[in-house]
Amino acid sequence: MEVKPPVPVIPAPVWRDIKDLQEYERLRQQRPEGDKHSAAFVSVTDGIHSFPGGFVVTTAADAFLNWARKSSIWPVTFGLACCAIEMMATFASRFDVERLGMVPWASPRHSDLMIVSGTVTIKMAPMLLRIYDQMPDPKWAVSMGSCANSGGPFRHGYHVVKGVDRVIPVDVYVPGCPPPPESLLNGLLLLQDQIAHFRRTGKRADPNPKVD
Amino acid sequence: MTRAQAATLIGEHFGGAQVQGDSPFVVTVPVEQWQAFAQFAKDVLGCRFFSFLTAVDWKEQGLELVARVDNLDDGVAVLMKARLGPGVSSCLSLVPVFRGANWMERECYDMFGIQFDGHPDLRRILLGDDWVGHPLLKSYAVDTPHPPYR
Repeated sequence: MEVKPPVPVIPAPVWRDIKDLQEYERLRQQRPEGDKHSAAFVSVTDGIHSFPGGFVVTTAADAFLNWARKSSIWPVTFGLACCAIEMMATFASRFDVERLGMVPWASPRHSDLMIVSGTVTIKMAPMLLRIYDQMPDPKWAVSMGSCANSGGPFRHGYHVVKGVDRVIPVDVYVPGCPPPPESLLNGLLLLQDQIAHFRRTGKRADPNPKVD
Repeated sequence: MTRAQAATLIGEHFGGAQVQGDSPFVVTVPVEQWQAFAQFAKDVLGCRFFSFLTAVDWKEQGLELVARVDNLDDGVAVLMKARLGPGVSSCLSLVPVFRGANWMERECYDMFGIQFDGHPDLRRILLGDDWVGHPLLKSYAVDTPHPPYR
């Protein structure tokens, strides 16, 4: 009477044995830290900047490129927890982040900004790092909410990364649990202000006490 | 089956078990009778619905297994408990009786490190494969390092 179908035995995946991941990890180790520019690009821009009168060219280029960058920040849709609901509300028509030129985009390869909205667990952190690495430079990250800032109410848990800045570099921290759409909008405006202060075509400027 | 009949049956078959209450019956059995009592609850009491299985860490008194099974037709519920004793972390698996216990016992192994003998596939289910330790034990420090993120 009793029916006992065979129990399927699924072998546990060992992630370190996958060749693609090994290759990816090797390439990631070789990438330079900070803002990624080729040495030729840096030497050419430095040469123009130090040439007499050349600073006019670089400053105008800075102004134009920064305007272009900050006017079309495309955030990758990366919702992790309840903060994602507020992020969606910010993207939707009532708060309408599109008037700042931000289009929520579902592909990291076309995006400039990652809004880490929610709790980052230790199991999720490698995936987050991988999506961040797939975004093209220049790229920015906004840490949204207490959990992403510091671990929040789960800081004393066993499974939560105590702040997403232990995984990726963060430009703007938005406090709140969760932050309302107004807070996130303020954070995005701060990010635009920060981008406007970039120098020498893409390098981050010195910390601005009014903003940072 | 009424609750009175169920109480009589429990008393007849498992004389050494402590029974408290009747909604649900809180039955504390010796750990040797853990699987036998589950089989009894399924076959005789008609508790075919396996609700949950978990454990409690009572520090120096050892671990305690807790499982709830339900007879949804007659409204009879059994909360079965068993003390593993200090330093002991293995007992018989409930998978031969309830197939739904499979993932519950994997989670229990994941969080408490209890080895269930007879489990077909006992490995971690929620935490990563490279996790060290069992975090719901009272002896697990909250700030246990987990490189590279903590």
